[in-house]
Amino acid sequence: MTSSAALTWFARHEIRLAWREGMAMMTAGRRLRKRSTVIWLLVFAALMHLAAYAVIGRFADLDGLLDKPTLIVITACAFLGWALMLSQAIESVTRVFYARADLDLIMSSPVALANVFSVRIAAIALTVIMMALLLSTPFVNVLVLGGGPRWFAAYGVVIAIGLSTAAVAVAVTVALFRTIGPSRTRLVAQIVAAVIGAGFVIALQIAAILSYGTLSRFAVLTSDAAAMVAPDLDSLLWWPARAMLGDTEALVWLLAAGLVLLGITMAVYSPRFADYVIRVSATAAPAHRGHGTRPFRAGSRQQALRRKEFVLLWRDPWLVSQTLMQLLYLIPPALMLWRSFADNSAAILLITPVIVMAAGQLAGGLAWLTICGEDAADLVTTAPLPASRVTRAKIEVVLIAIGAIFAPLVLALLFASPPQAAVTALGVAVAAASATAIQLWFRVQARRSQFRRRQTSSRLATFAEAFSSIGWAATSALALAWPAVAVVTGLMTAGILAATWKISPERG
Amino acid sequence: MKHVQQPSALELRGLTKRFDRPAVDALDLTIHVGEFYALLGPNGAGKTTTLRMVAGLLRPDAGSVSVLGIDALGDPVAAKQITAWVSDEPMIYDKLTPLEYLEFVAGLWGIDPAIAEPSARELLGSLGLEPHLHERCEGFSKGMRQKVALAGALVHDPRLIILDEPLTGLDAVSARHVKKLLQDRVRAGCTVIMTTHILEVAERMADRIGVIASGRLIAEGTLSELRQQNGRNDTSLEDMFIALVDVETEAA
Repeated sequence: MTSSAALTWFARHEIRLAWREGMAMMTAGRRLRKRSTVIWLLVFAALMHLAAYAVIGRFADLDGLLDKPTLIVITACAFLGWALMLSQAIESVTRVFYARADLDLIMSSPVALANVFSVRIAAIALTVIMMALLLSTPFVNVLVLGGGPRWFAAYGVVIAIGLSTAAVAVAVTVALFRTIGPSRTRLVAQIVAAVIGAGFVIALQIAAILSYGTLSRFAVLTSDAAAMVAPDLDSLLWWPARAMLGDTEALVWLLAAGLVLLGITMAVYSPRFADYVIRVSATAAPAHRGHGTRPFRAGSRQQALRRKEFVLLWRDPWLVSQTLMQLLYLIPPALMLWRSFADNSAAILLITPVIVMAAGQLAGGLAWLTICGEDAADLVTTAPLPASRVTRAKIEVVLIAIGAIFAPLVLALLFASPPQAAVTALGVAVAAASATAIQLWFRVQARRSQFRRRQTSSRLATFAEAFSSIGWAATSALALAWPAVAVVTGLMTAGILAATWKISPERG
Repeated sequence: MKHVQQPSALELRGLTKRFDRPAVDALDLTIHVGEFYALLGPNGAGKTTTLRMVAGLLRPDAGSVSVLGIDALGDPVAAKQITAWVSDEPMIYDKLTPLEYLEFVAGLWGIDPAIAEPSARELLGSLGLEPHLHERCEGFSKGMRQKVALAGALVHDPRLIILDEPLTGLDAVSARHVKKLLQDRVRAGCTVIMTTHILEVAERMADRIGVIASGRLIAEGTLSELRQQNGRNDTSLEDMFIALVDVETEAA
């Protein structure tokens, strides 16, 4: 096989793997019938288009001559997209370093490794772009339908962003590799990837709260202060926004810049990738050493289970990054709470649904890790205690963890408004209990390392968990503002839970 | 004087499990207390399914399982209290140290910490894991993980030890440690039932050998009894095993 033929062959192989991985993510590894797949996709696409219309339908008429606030908002949205794609790309790059089963084969094959890794970097870019196109298509379509074909240029911006994020992700991962070593890069990269996208949104929210006393992210972007600091209208900074609005010249430059950046990254890093991979293989994970002198602790069998779960949760890097994300989202409401002591703002009511929503989501993740993610399932099943007691101990762990995380916020709220604190506490308890129950009804035994894919194991459970958290968050907010309406939303959410239970495998 | 008959360590009667096809087909099996029993069979013969049903990991479609006189299907908790299970794929927690893992197992089986801790240290030491007592298992090789799992199975002093391919992934020295540990347990009155594809291990260690194919026991006895059944006194276990399985395959 010639060098170019080998390269083409490897590119095809990479695309096939990426395609199958993407399909597995969407179908949870199950074979779907063609008809049901098409129906699902159509329903999903329709819903996404409706959501997109609700969010940006009114902006379709924007023309090329824009003021600074509008350019700032569009640029910030593009940057948010860039940050989210970067987090996805960093994760893909770490997989290239650490997926050893695949790499052993490649490294031992008689091919030019620089070429192979160039293809792999290109495949990462392609995967990130495809994912971004998939998610952005409804939004661009809505803009095209409302504002004309010039909005098609937005697809080009998405591609340019994808190219640049793949390039930056490789550089960031290699930089981490060099500064903190191969053994720590994976964990740090995972955490960086998890918080990078959320960080930008939260930073905007924090700035809005501190400056304007509102949770709206747009308050900062559309403010006079931002317009004053922002560069002139002819600045390069606005090129992504201009390109999105149909400026062909800006679009061509953006695409060219993205391609050049990726090309340079491939040229610089591909020849060294093999060395990095060898260093990963040669470097064993650092031996974490525990307490040498602590004696075995006495206690009941459930206590042993609870202790084990707490230790594993505490030591789980995925959970650390996920929890960090959830806690980051809690910073804005916490700040809001702090501000409200000073000005007695009615906006404090907004804190309750945010806390309840975060509690529901976090409880879902924790419940999956403790109830489904059991690495020694055989051991626990062959232990001499009834399955119900094992389950109870695991549920207790989830509820205790949620209590420990959210109690300080509820306590702080108690000083501001005792009734609101009571409603928030109740909302947190109900949302956490509901999310845990859903995980219990849809439990599928898995390894903890599969946490990333938990949402694809049962889409129904994922949607039910999200709707339940949203429902209880809305109910808590309404309980403070319009208690009569809260009864209706509460009953609706309970109805969703009842319907979920009815169709769950646990009942069947 | 009235003679009190000691119950068998394991008694299976009509044990049946069906997936797409019968995996275990009305299996009858009796293993005596203090016996080292090797269960052999080709891939897919039903060995692991049988052992998983005994350990309480699978519910049989029909039949009974008695562990030292305890009905394991009627009172699974009592049966599990005296049973240990080790699979070929060591399932341990990456984020726990071997000592923490054994502390957890001892806690699950309700063993007094004052007894469990010295026992855990001794077991891990005898398996060559002394230098790694406080290291998390995430960096361990498969052999080391297998030894941690085995130590976990023994820390609660079980009376019936069920092992599914326990020597997979172990080096020669580790395999010898494990074999010695199991033989010591048998000498102390414990019963061991083990599946293995290493016929030499079965030949050297087992008091009795059972050969299973298509979910049914096709031969059973001591090595000399099996030779007699086979009609050749000088034949190896490997030759007998292949002959038995071939006959069964042709019959099927």
